[in-house]
Amino acid sequence: MTTPKPKDAAAPGPGGGDAVPPITPSGLELPVVARAEDVDAARIGEPGAYPFTRGVFPNGYRGRLWTIRQYSGFGSAEESNARYRFLLEQGQTGLSVALDLPTQCGLDPTDPLARAEIGKVGVSLSNLSEMEVLFDGVDLSKISTSFTINGTAAIIYAMYVACADKKDVPREALTGTIQNDILKEYVARGTWIFPVRPSMRMIADSILYSNETTPRFNPISIAGAHVRDAGATAVEEMAYTLANGVAYVEELLRRGADPERFAARLSFFFYVHMDLMEEVAKFRAGRRIWASLIRDRFGVESPKAQLFRFGVVCGGSSLTSAQPYNNIIRVTVETMAAVLGGAQSIFTCAYDEAFQIPTEFSAELALRTQQIIAHESGLARTVDPFGGSYAMEDLTNRTEEAIRAVMDEIDAYGGVEKAIEDGWMQARIARRAYERKTKVDRGETVVVGQNRYRRDDQTDDYGEVFKLDPAAARRVVEKYEALRDSRDSQAVERALAALRRAAWGQENVLPYLVDCCHAYATVGEMVAELKREWGEFQEPVRL
Amino acid sequence: MSAAASKLAGKRILIAKPGLDGHDIGAKVVALALRDAGAEVIYTGLRKAPDYIARVAVDEDVDAVGLSILSGSHVALVEETVRHLKAMDAADIPLFLGGTIAKEDHATLRAAGVVDIFTSDMAIEEVVDRLAERLDALQESRA
Repeated sequence: MTTPKPKDAAAPGPGGGDAVPPITPSGLELPVVARAEDVDAARIGEPGAYPFTRGVFPNGYRGRLWTIRQYSGFGSAEESNARYRFLLEQGQTGLSVALDLPTQCGLDPTDPLARAEIGKVGVSLSNLSEMEVLFDGVDLSKISTSFTINGTAAIIYAMYVACADKKDVPREALTGTIQNDILKEYVARGTWIFPVRPSMRMIADSILYSNETTPRFNPISIAGAHVRDAGATAVEEMAYTLANGVAYVEELLRRGADPERFAARLSFFFYVHMDLMEEVAKFRAGRRIWASLIRDRFGVESPKAQLFRFGVVCGGSSLTSAQPYNNIIRVTVETMAAVLGGAQSIFTCAYDEAFQIPTEFSAELALRTQQIIAHESGLARTVDPFGGSYAMEDLTNRTEEAIRAVMDEIDAYGGVEKAIEDGWMQARIARRAYERKTKVDRGETVVVGQNRYRRDDQTDDYGEVFKLDPAAARRVVEKYEALRDSRDSQAVERALAALRRAAWGQENVLPYLVDCCHAYATVGEMVAELKREWGEFQEPVRL
Repeated sequence: MSAAASKLAGKRILIAKPGLDGHDIGAKVVALALRDAGAEVIYTGLRKAPDYIARVAVDEDVDAVGLSILSGSHVALVEETVRHLKAMDAADIPLFLGGTIAKEDHATLRAAGVVDIFTSDMAIEEVVDRLAERLDALQESRA
């Protein structure tokens, strides 16, 4: 007697089928074979058309390649300026500024909490004079600049506008991005300053000001990358990010802003980890969900406002210090996933980035990885090469459903602001990180060279060791003190007082921040004024 | 749970984030693992000054302090924490360090008073076991 075999077990091959686990890192169980009936052409659509599964532009990368944007910055403005010029000479097409923690947390270099951290994870940028040095010889009307800055994003953006003024670059010519996504800072990255409400106000202020003043600039990049790196799965990364995006849209709508206009300048930022199929599906599903949220939930018809444009970073916690050269291969696979997923800008981590600031050698290799994929691999030739693939369309559908389910959970809890203020989201991510770590420790998640195929005589050397110039921090402090002595202190006082009045009232604080920057007020001084009016975020410490 | 880890039951351990580094997942994962091993864990939250951390360690009468630092500022922050612990007459509280800690700094950090250093490529069980063993050995040697 024979029983009919289930479809997916119709023809078992050699080995019985357990060489590769059926479950993705996000926990989605996939069939061995996806089939034509899993693909619904109506859900896919065309590139550049609703629901944008296949990409935001009809011609993909034919018209314009993604922006090659390597995150970089360390020590003083002089040293970072030299690295930027090097990267631009090597064919990088946009700048991405890494800022040190004092600048990110709104502390001047002489603050007791700041001294040990000056220039360590990025460049110190305490006032406009430092930014003028940072972009010396860089044409701000031609190069787009991205700033990974959140707690002090509005201030750094105001400084960029003031810097353009100084260099006689018209404000409307400025292109680039500030991350300016505070919600995920409370959850994962930790550079919050003010409580949630005034932070949301300052973000709305900066978006509205930027839409008017620098219309080609992206005043926010809603980022999932950091919650992902902290432990969230690909599905959760996208769900939390879209939920945060909804929160920003709602804030702007409360301010009476026109969604046709502001939604067109919202952008996103994600990590790409190693499961190429799941990562590509994540981006395709994300584009589709965002377009439907903008159209159906917020009733915005303009296709430009429905576009889900995003940048990515490849590497992060997927990189290992065990057999570090394997990271070059990992970053290559992740970059391919980003391209197949239709990213607008890509940052490839250097193989040594998991444990030090990249050397010039490793930074160049990371840049070349993108250039090889862009110009030699053929991946950029045809839009959405995975489109119509049974496996990819099936996985995109499953991923979309899983993302929507997590978004529903957040809604059921009471929305992102509540989930963050209560520490619910933070605790959830910490728990997920613990699970992820345990899976790697037990070998359930394979990490080559670390928990599988490890050699007893493995050295884990990574070549050149990057050494930060120990004098850089001292120079930063000296320049800071010299500036405070030489500037017009009455003009500084006036500008700061005006800023505080604006913060107390309802006015947009951005014009006042730009005035403060022009007067060479420091980041720490501006933050101190705002803290007096707005207070500080009280971290919910909950495990 | 290993024999060593079971000795953590009832131990009071302070997990702290000195400096401005906002990467707290490593600290939280270790805190959760120690709690699962039966320890009583106090977590400071982000951006704490070394003198604050030392003060909490003394006030809470902890058996160990674990600092988590991923910003590269570990040497200065460890030295400062040790200085404050000494000033509060609490230099006997064992200090552990976790995070992104360059190998060439390990000797300096141990000389400054760090009992052990844990990095992200270590299995979490190994971290818990080693911490338990070190605490046990210290207790033996002091008894």
